[in-house]
Amino acid sequence: MKKTYKIEVDCANCAILMERAARKTAGVQNATVNFMTQKMVVEFEEGQDPSSVMTQVLSACKKVEPDCDIAL
Amino acid sequence: MTKKQKIMLVRILITTVMIIVLNLIPISGISQTVLYLIAYMIIGYDILIKAGKGIWNRQVFDENFLMSIATVGAFSLAIYYQSGDYNDAIAVMLLYQIGELFQSYAVGKSRRSISDLMDIRPDYANVERNGALVKVDPDEVEIGSVIVVQPGEKVPIDGRIIEGISSLNTAALTGESLPRDANIGDDIISGCINMTGVLKIQTTKEFGESTVSKILDLVENASSRKSKSEDFISKFSRIYTPAVCAAALLLAVLPPLIRVLAMGLSPEWGNWIYRALTFLVISCPCALVISIPLSFFAGIGGASREGILIKGSNYLETLSKSKYVVFDKTGTLTQGVFEVNGIHHNTMDEAKLIEYAALAESASSHPISKSIQLAYGKEIDRSRVTDIHEISGNGVIAKVDGIQVAAGNVKLMKRMNIEYADCHSVGTIIHLAIGGKYAGHILISDVVKPHSKEAIESLKRSGVEKTIMLTGDAKAVGEQVAASLGMDEVYSELLPGDKVAKVEELLEKKTEKGKLAFVGDGINDAPVLSRADIGIAMGAMGSDAAIEAADIVLMDDDPLKISKAIRISRKCLRIVRQNTIFAIGVKFICLLLGALGIANMWAAIFADVGVMVLAILNAIRVLFVKKV
Repeated sequence: MKKTYKIEVDCANCAILMERAARKTAGVQNATVNFMTQKMVVEFEEGQDPSSVMTQVLSACKKVEPDCDIAL
Repeated sequence: MTKKQKIMLVRILITTVMIIVLNLIPISGISQTVLYLIAYMIIGYDILIKAGKGIWNRQVFDENFLMSIATVGAFSLAIYYQSGDYNDAIAVMLLYQIGELFQSYAVGKSRRSISDLMDIRPDYANVERNGALVKVDPDEVEIGSVIVVQPGEKVPIDGRIIEGISSLNTAALTGESLPRDANIGDDIISGCINMTGVLKIQTTKEFGESTVSKILDLVENASSRKSKSEDFISKFSRIYTPAVCAAALLLAVLPPLIRVLAMGLSPEWGNWIYRALTFLVISCPCALVISIPLSFFAGIGGASREGILIKGSNYLETLSKSKYVVFDKTGTLTQGVFEVNGIHHNTMDEAKLIEYAALAESASSHPISKSIQLAYGKEIDRSRVTDIHEISGNGVIAKVDGIQVAAGNVKLMKRMNIEYADCHSVGTIIHLAIGGKYAGHILISDVVKPHSKEAIESLKRSGVEKTIMLTGDAKAVGEQVAASLGMDEVYSELLPGDKVAKVEELLEKKTEKGKLAFVGDGINDAPVLSRADIGIAMGAMGSDAAIEAADIVLMDDDPLKISKAIRISRKCLRIVRQNTIFAIGVKFICLLLGALGIANMWAAIFADVGVMVLAILNAIRVLFVKKV
């Protein structure tokens, strides 16, 4: 399953860091962050609940870039 | 400017003023240190806090941490050596913040301007309720409802005109500035702007399935498919920062030790630590990381303005390398409509012959029959036609005004034992026998699009090595069209399945570096479109199949857009290369000069921010595609 989230991030390098953090989160098959459109596309693994995975993704992203946000 | 940016601007101004004043007034000792420290904290407190959080979260190699180390280090050196030279630390922080501010402002600005370019999303639909017009969310309009579009408004949903006449501006969809006429019964596509009259439209699709939603979806998701250049940057940034930090550490420790142990000189710790801190200042790959995606985004945005939709940065990259362009003939290079091009060996007046043919074919809806009816140009009086027999694969025999008329191909003439005259021209031939006697034949052929020849020439000029045509048509037709357009190769009499095989064969023959693009009309070419290195669908306005199958979609059916798309992609990739080489080059020169002690921290941060600004400005250049 694929979902798109609106994100807020100020610098391009931070967007790359967020992408890496999201990919490493359990339950995420793949993730791409688009800095230009400020969007994150997350592909979830089979049978995962997106909302609980996304809370994990958000906290992982906050760790690498405190100044970011994901509209859940 | 956002609130965040405004606060930053104020902080930058305060610090700048403070530095200037502090440098002018004669103070020294503790009070000097404290005042400079205040200036430093004003400009850099958020960076320090972020760096602290980073350490807490074990994210050491981020730019905040590195900037903090570099500036705190420089500050400490100044205190330790009591030099009173705190300018370095503050200036580095100041310039860094100016760079960040510029980056967020410029990128935000260009992001908005590109988004505006693609802003074809309608905000509302007008629905008539109890005699009054009500604005509703287009999402809420059901299929089959009637919506009203007033002059100046965007058509929000695909549908059919049931009332009103107007002209439509399709520039946002196709890049074509000439308005298009719209009459009752015409299908209308969302995203057009209604220019003159009020239109009532019966919707045929939901908003989510309408052309405008599909296009928006496609363009917005385009930059999620990343190109090789972007992957490279992503990998590079992962190695670059740690490598520079490691080098900085070595630079701080090794040379002093060598000086002391091997050469018997004084270690000069301060000097070498300062040089190492200079390294840290250059350790952020920002210029690259930001300018490359920005270039691709601008390229995709600019192209969409011209009616060229590109589904991803990776396709932009492949397109720029295309050396072979394979075309489908009908509907791509030709209009796919048939026209009467000549009447030969006629025993009666041409108009009379066409009249008989049109009447005989009046029951058929075949494109060939349509073209004859079109050439006749008058209302067809069906009561004059009786006894219509359609002989599949041969033609029609009917009675017109009581006289037997046979219209069809050679097979029909042979079947009826009528002697016929062969035609030397290329196209579809309709022979006519009236009252059992041969009366001549009508030549019908497809019409080449007005820009086809120019399009092939322009492809050649933009460095395409081979243009190839595939067609299901007869050999003579295919070769004649190919020759008239100046194409290199032609393969005719191909069934749809043969086209895939042919493209595979061509893919095998070509070199790895030159990519093969296939251009089709997107309706029956889907398998070929997906098999080629890059599939380009033409005339896709309103065709879902084309939008699905192709990598690049041309909204109108002008073949000239293909070479334009290739030129846009080349420009984009050229700028990406410039930025990559420029940014990496300047960074390495700075590292070298910093290590040798020639460039100080000022120079380093200045180069770093400067490269970023120039790279961003260069990237924005991609957006200007009008004259590419």
